[in-house]
Amino acid sequence: MAEDIEKIVKEVRRVDGGTIVSLSGDVDLHHAPALHAALVQVANERPNRFILDLKDVPYIDSSGVGTLVEVFRRVSAYKGKMVLFGLNDRVRSVFEITKLDRFFNICATEAEANAY
Amino acid sequence: MQADYPVILNIVSSPKSLPIVRGAVDQMAIQEGLSKKDAHGLVLSIDEALANVIKHGYEGRHDQPVTITLAPVVAADGRKGISVVVRDQGKQVDPQSICGRDLDDVRPGGLGVHIIRAMMDEAEYSCPPEGGMMLRMVKYASAEGASD
Repeated sequence: MAEDIEKIVKEVRRVDGGTIVSLSGDVDLHHAPALHAALVQVANERPNRFILDLKDVPYIDSSGVGTLVEVFRRVSAYKGKMVLFGLNDRVRSVFEITKLDRFFNICATEAEANAY
Repeated sequence: MQADYPVILNIVSSPKSLPIVRGAVDQMAIQEGLSKKDAHGLVLSIDEALANVIKHGYEGRHDQPVTITLAPVVAADGRKGISVVVRDQGKQVDPQSICGRDLDDVRPGGLGVHIIRAMMDEAEYSCPPEGGMMLRMVKYASAEGASD
């Protein structure tokens, strides 16, 4: 599991008012359990803004967005904000098809996500 | 129309197989002239179908057989496309019971079938008498062309 987390989570940065988690690689059924474990660990620290950097994620499937939904619910439960940025067209389309773009805060850039 | 080069992928039901299948499907979509958007729809739908086989058909077992058969097809209006058959030997369920869930209910899970039905032009589940499940799908090139 630790090896899988290192593959999918490139970096965790604490910034003023939040935490930025940068992901890397395909977010699919194979990587979803490791991603879930890593993101829950960050959510347990209760950052006010939980920012996910997806600019190095070329592909996501429903297992991946399902993982993000589960973490979104945890963050919402403690009144935090979850913000995503850097989605390519393919990744964004999965959020649109599943209508999850209505629930997630999606920004184009890190600067916008930090100011959200 | 008879396919001139069906591609048959035999895999085991491991999530580690999924990126390999995605790569092969994407390559075939490019070769058949599908746009990037259509290719993504095809790749994602097959990925979701396989994930459902692993999670539900085989209940998480990672060593069971799955066969994916891809073939070029041509629609009645001349558009090119790719047909897909996903065949497993897992648990059988009533095809009528396989449907996407209400998307207003924001929760993890249950999105794969919705994605398949949204992305593919045809998608039909059946229970072959030999056992397991079969999903037959077709993706045709969108009318806007292959420029994107």
